[in-house]
Amino acid sequence: MDDMISPPEVVENDGVQTLSRRGLLKGGGAMVIGLSLAAPARAQAARGAVAGPPDHHAVDTWIAIHADNTATIYTGKCELGQGNQTGLLQVAAEELDLNMSQVRTVRLDTNITPDQQATSSSSSIHKGAPALRAAAAQARQELLARAGIRLGVQPGSLDVRDGVVFVKGEGSFRQVSYGDLLGDKPFNLKYDGTAPPKPPSRYRLVGQRPTRVDMPEKAAGKYTHMHHNRVAGMLHGRVVLPRGQRGFGVGARPLSVDDSSIAHIAGAKVIRKGDFVGVVAEREWDAVKAARDLKVVWREGPALGDNETVFERMRKDKTVDTIIANKGDAGGAMNKATITRGAAYHCPYQSHAPFAPNCALADPTGEQLVIKSSTQDVYSSRKQVAEILGIPEAKIRLQYFEGSGTFGRSCYEDATQAAAIMATATGKPVRVQFMRWDELGWDNYGPAHLAEVRAGVNEQGDIVAYEYDGWQHGWTITSTVSDSAREKPGGERASGSASIAVNPISTGSIYKIPNRRVTSHAVPMVNYLRGAALRSPLDLSFAFASEQTMDELAVALKMDPLAFRRRNIGDERWLGVLEAAAKAANWRPKVMGADRPGGDIVTGRGIALGTHHVSYGAAVAEIEVNQKTGVIVAKRLFGAMDCGLAVNPALVENQMIGQMIQSTSRVLKEEVTYNDKGVTSLDWNGYPVLRFAEHPEVTPVVVQRLEEPSTGAGEEVMGATAAAIANAFYDATGARMRQFPMTPERVLKALELQHT
Amino acid sequence: MSTTIKVNGRDWPVNADPDTPLLYVLMNELELKGPRFGCGLAQCGSCSVLADGVEIRSCQTPVSDVGARAITTLEGLPALYARQKGLATAPDMHPLSAAFVEEQAMHCGYCYNGQTIKAAELLAKVPHPSEAQIRAHMDGHICRCGTYPRIMKSIQSAAVKMSREG
Repeated sequence: MDDMISPPEVVENDGVQTLSRRGLLKGGGAMVIGLSLAAPARAQAARGAVAGPPDHHAVDTWIAIHADNTATIYTGKCELGQGNQTGLLQVAAEELDLNMSQVRTVRLDTNITPDQQATSSSSSIHKGAPALRAAAAQARQELLARAGIRLGVQPGSLDVRDGVVFVKGEGSFRQVSYGDLLGDKPFNLKYDGTAPPKPPSRYRLVGQRPTRVDMPEKAAGKYTHMHHNRVAGMLHGRVVLPRGQRGFGVGARPLSVDDSSIAHIAGAKVIRKGDFVGVVAEREWDAVKAARDLKVVWREGPALGDNETVFERMRKDKTVDTIIANKGDAGGAMNKATITRGAAYHCPYQSHAPFAPNCALADPTGEQLVIKSSTQDVYSSRKQVAEILGIPEAKIRLQYFEGSGTFGRSCYEDATQAAAIMATATGKPVRVQFMRWDELGWDNYGPAHLAEVRAGVNEQGDIVAYEYDGWQHGWTITSTVSDSAREKPGGERASGSASIAVNPISTGSIYKIPNRRVTSHAVPMVNYLRGAALRSPLDLSFAFASEQTMDELAVALKMDPLAFRRRNIGDERWLGVLEAAAKAANWRPKVMGADRPGGDIVTGRGIALGTHHVSYGAAVAEIEVNQKTGVIVAKRLFGAMDCGLAVNPALVENQMIGQMIQSTSRVLKEEVTYNDKGVTSLDWNGYPVLRFAEHPEVTPVVVQRLEEPSTGAGEEVMGATAAAIANAFYDATGARMRQFPMTPERVLKALELQHT
Repeated sequence: MSTTIKVNGRDWPVNADPDTPLLYVLMNELELKGPRFGCGLAQCGSCSVLADGVEIRSCQTPVSDVGARAITTLEGLPALYARQKGLATAPDMHPLSAAFVEEQAMHCGYCYNGQTIKAAELLAKVPHPSEAQIRAHMDGHICRCGTYPRIMKSIQSAAVKMSREG
């Protein structure tokens, strides 16, 4: 309820992962983001005339009512393809008693929209909606009060339909529209958050399935993605980086740059700031060629090792250890358990690999430096650019334009910073776009993870002991471009901090386990790869390791894996998603891996649980394994998610489809490869993702909980999907995969091991 | 270089150097929104256009190689469809685009230029493709958001609608 009544500067006191990612975005400092107090004159200024953020405590910051009886809703959460604009409009329209055709949002803009921090960690509805809901409730209350005066009745006798206020029981005898009451004039009302929001029992729009507001333009090719922006007199810029990053801390440091090497390209120019190297040209193809041809000698770093031996290296490295969970006596109980199972699991570095590379356009020709960018956090990006350029934040205006889905990549705004640097240097607008190798080679990757898991059961099939040890390094808090421009190696989240800890939920707390110990071993990031938050950070790894262990126990007990989980689950909401996924898949009880038919192509089914941090996810996978070629094909996936109140179940279902396909891609195909010299997976051949011909059928099931607060829905079924596929592999072959991606080579090796 | 290319039924003078990929000409000189940069390596399908009805990767096609071929971008698909079907007027959207909305298929929608172009190429030649044919035909087009299942459904439902028209 606190969330409902407070303006959104409240501390987001949620789980480990969110805190860390917010901290990361704000430079690792305090978690409480204070309000920048708006100048008193601001409220009177025309919207967008001065630098924001606008005053959170003004209703006008959130909502404008227009004379045509429509409303503009100002949110601080951006559309990334997840459909959050539609969901947020539903929330606002519900409280205002408007219909969907009467509401619209605007693109995020630091001169216009409120600061609701990053659009990350599946927070749009979870964290973004409560403030909007409260503002809309107050706006409605105010409009009703004004209508009461206008119509000469008590506000309590009024109701609203589609923005028309009427006296209850009178039909349309006495009525007045919002547009007539306020018509483009400000509320001039302090946002106090005391107006009671509608009870869910009265919802008529929330919980329904209005279609996505952004889709018609996207389908017709009329939508303006970031990459479509052009302004007059603009130059094209490219960053110049070595092909594939070296170890973290080495960065991209030029020893020499030979400007004459691009003299053959008319008008092409080298731009430098500190260690940052870029090129600009009037024509885009010339900029591409200049970046390609520019001769730079880069400083070499120490040998980096490679992606196969990274696990050994992490295991031996000096670590900072944190006990994440410690209940009962895990070691003692393990010794007394009837059956124990355990293994080490190896999980790769993976890339955000956005389909469209980083892109931004900075224009220095006006009063403010105007930057169009697909950043997930306009205010944080503004601050970063201000720091790099050494100018006040108010001199910069960040305007959001959707790029492609980026899955956390756009928390690191290399292109935004590069465009700002090059525009400032040239005094002209510069549009910067990464090349594919820049994007895949200089990503801040989802870190590799090593897990050692052991768990034990008693004769009845109760889990009595659980131990999870995880090794991984942390996340950088900066972008490559800002590191280069400032000639400082990138910062890392402090050792032992939340960002590099093992998530306790997917490592045992789904189940009621009396003796449990989870330990996080933080490896220093120096001379590993740049780490960052990749969608559902490390959750695939945790679930891959932990849920295979659960399945092994079920096999040892000769129990059906669904029955085993049912018995051990400690929470009815976990049980709810498990049963929903099983039902959708028409799960038939069986002992995994039993009664396997022979033949080259075998099939299997697996089930698993997992989440990101708050919501609940379960999945069933049906796969086919070609034992001769080692190729795995996921045929059908069934997923269930409980994210509390699903504001728009259709949006959640669409998100779940994407999550399950992407998770299939990640567990079967994706791995960042590197050797001593640097990253070698630099294009879609080197970094393969799931292809059209390989995609499974997907059935998403939303477990709707109208009375529960909404929680995230953009990541929470990924872990379960990856683990269900791994468990299905065992069911099909009788062999365990201890490492992903489950490539043909690794599959053949696992099958060979099983037969020796 | 001064040459002319035919795009969406119109002749356009081009100023770019001959080795300039067609994509940059379409985006920067013609200011079209359909074809867009994804990889620049002909690996992802983001930049796809039709050349005489055949899907090509504009990021790896030098503008000098276009020659007399008629280029159709996402913007030109409704008109091309009207010609193919003998309709008096072009619809607002190609039936595939309408199907993507109907099925609520996309997330970010960035790859849908290529998905639409490639599927339109298929349906113009094979009005009733099997699922296996669709999978094979579409395989060169990546969707990182993972919306393949609904792209599949959309192509199937558009095929049904298109076969009833014209």
